[in-house]
Amino acid sequence: MAPPATIVASEESGALIMRAEGSWLVTSATELDRRLHALDLPTDRRVTLDLAGVDRLDTAGAWLLLRTEHALSARGNSVALANVRESFAPLLEQVRARGSGAPLPHPIPPHHTLIGFVARIGEITIMLGHRVYSMLGFGGLVSITFAQLFRRPRRLRVIATLVQMEQTGLDAMPIVGLLSFLIGVVMAYQGADQLRRFGAEIYTVNLLGIAILRELGVLLTAIIIAGRSGSAFTAQIGTMQVNQEIDALRTLGLEPVEVLVLPRVFGLVLTLPLLVFYADAMGLLGGALMSWATLGISLPRFLEQLRGAITEWTLWIGVIKAPFFAMIIAMIGCYEGFNVTGSAESVGRLTTQSVVESIFVVIVADAAFSILFSLLKI
Amino acid sequence: MAASSDDIVIRVRGLVTSFGAQTVHDGLDLDVRRGEVIGVVGGSGSGKSVLLRTVIGLKRPDAGSIDVLGYDVPNLGEAQARALEQRWGVLFQDGALFSSLTVAQNIEVPLREHLGMPEPLMDEIAACKIAIVGLPEATADKFPSQLSGGMRKRAGLARSLALDPEILFLDEPTAGLDPIAAADFDQLIRDLKASLGLTVFLVTHDLDTLFAICDRVAVLVDKTIRVGTLAQHLEDDHPWIHAYFHGPRGRAAQPTNK
Repeated sequence: MAPPATIVASEESGALIMRAEGSWLVTSATELDRRLHALDLPTDRRVTLDLAGVDRLDTAGAWLLLRTEHALSARGNSVALANVRESFAPLLEQVRARGSGAPLPHPIPPHHTLIGFVARIGEITIMLGHRVYSMLGFGGLVSITFAQLFRRPRRLRVIATLVQMEQTGLDAMPIVGLLSFLIGVVMAYQGADQLRRFGAEIYTVNLLGIAILRELGVLLTAIIIAGRSGSAFTAQIGTMQVNQEIDALRTLGLEPVEVLVLPRVFGLVLTLPLLVFYADAMGLLGGALMSWATLGISLPRFLEQLRGAITEWTLWIGVIKAPFFAMIIAMIGCYEGFNVTGSAESVGRLTTQSVVESIFVVIVADAAFSILFSLLKI
Repeated sequence: MAASSDDIVIRVRGLVTSFGAQTVHDGLDLDVRRGEVIGVVGGSGSGKSVLLRTVIGLKRPDAGSIDVLGYDVPNLGEAQARALEQRWGVLFQDGALFSSLTVAQNIEVPLREHLGMPEPLMDEIAACKIAIVGLPEATADKFPSQLSGGMRKRAGLARSLALDPEILFLDEPTAGLDPIAAADFDQLIRDLKASLGLTVFLVTHDLDTLFAICDRVAVLVDKTIRVGTLAQHLEDDHPWIHAYFHGPRGRAAQPTNK
């Protein structure tokens, strides 16, 4: 261990000698800093800083020495450094070149003040307006590119679309199936528990049928897919943006919206209704198993009761929402991907944002559908 | 080459590294002496950066020993690793600054983690390092994304110098800089070496840097390494080394031909 660094003051023939000793290194800087602050500095004297006893010195030590020298001069002392070793001279010179003032105070982040806070609310409001505007613009761009496909249908990328369907649909089947099944189980269990008090256990089946087919199946699937595929869209396109691959596409005469966005939108619009149908089936299966286990409702009886409880419209109301939700998820995912700028950090930020936004918009859209259906009395 | 063993801060013996079936280094020996600037050059894919990563313990070698400041790098215990990491500084290619922290906070990370310094002293030391690497004072509160590539490298250098290391590892410090900024950076390394007494392990492609600041040059050829002064390499008749130093760019960078 290095000898401890100290500073000792003594009087010698009218002058004050401050002897620095030991290793003035970054590892002992905390202790040294405390001692130097505790030091009683004289005023209007002749002071010599004697470095003869300093055996090692680094930048932190040099800074502390020069800071002390500066503090002494500021009190009207005439200060001189003495016995500076030759090997320390360049280092002291280098640190001295910076000047010995205190570092600039950290600026207060603007949103920590009241005015800054209000201004921030204003900024966010304006930014939200811009976002909606530019999102609509992106929607328009995709629509136009889509319309152009009618003139030249050969430019639809079938293989890319199929790949997207595989990645967003087929690969998602285990997780979607499992979660729907479990939700069915939970619903049946909770429903049976409540309805048994009225002796209306059999209505658990009605509850399951309507809740899963109309709302839960489609909403659950859309939320899983927003987390699984919407985020993937943003990350894929965002990474391409960072690598300048999007620019490369443009210079090669390819339209990024046509190459990247349309296959993803088509793929998801075709896939999500199928996934919803599958999720409905798995949810009902889970519900049926739980009804049989807790209520003793056999499968034929379950199906018979279910037939009385729902119409084919109950199923369609759920499934019909799926393409709209798919459109929302895919468009937001791609849009946020194109918003990525420069750094890898913005890929992460926008991926999060894309998932949050698409789940938000999907639920808002679901509410809007509920109002619409109740107006239509379906 | 009769340096006493105390003077050798990095000693690599019989190093073998590979990725799958592809061997990168095969029986590589290297000594780096205290206080020298050693430049490591080699063709693309010859394993320059791999060598650097292996020496600082980010990649495990398949065989051989690596000894840095008396520590056996591949087999470090937790406490030894912490002690050794305080004695070297590493500058990665693009600075590798933490993007969620300001420049000053980046420099303060090792001070806070290893030394638990009080806040005002850390601010002073950070400001000091920022000045030493030649950045304006106001850089302290900027985020890495607000800096240019050259400034990011300087800020990265400031962070690697935070604990006043004995050895500085630099991975292509001048890549991507314009010639003026690159020359400034060379000068900066030379100044720091003089004032702080650093040993510098420098991986580079930049011939000008090589001629400007390196005491010795290690050339990675044929999965091993040839170390010598520039003068010795200029005499070497290995085809790759000859092409490297006597090619059009190599000749242009030689100070005698300027």
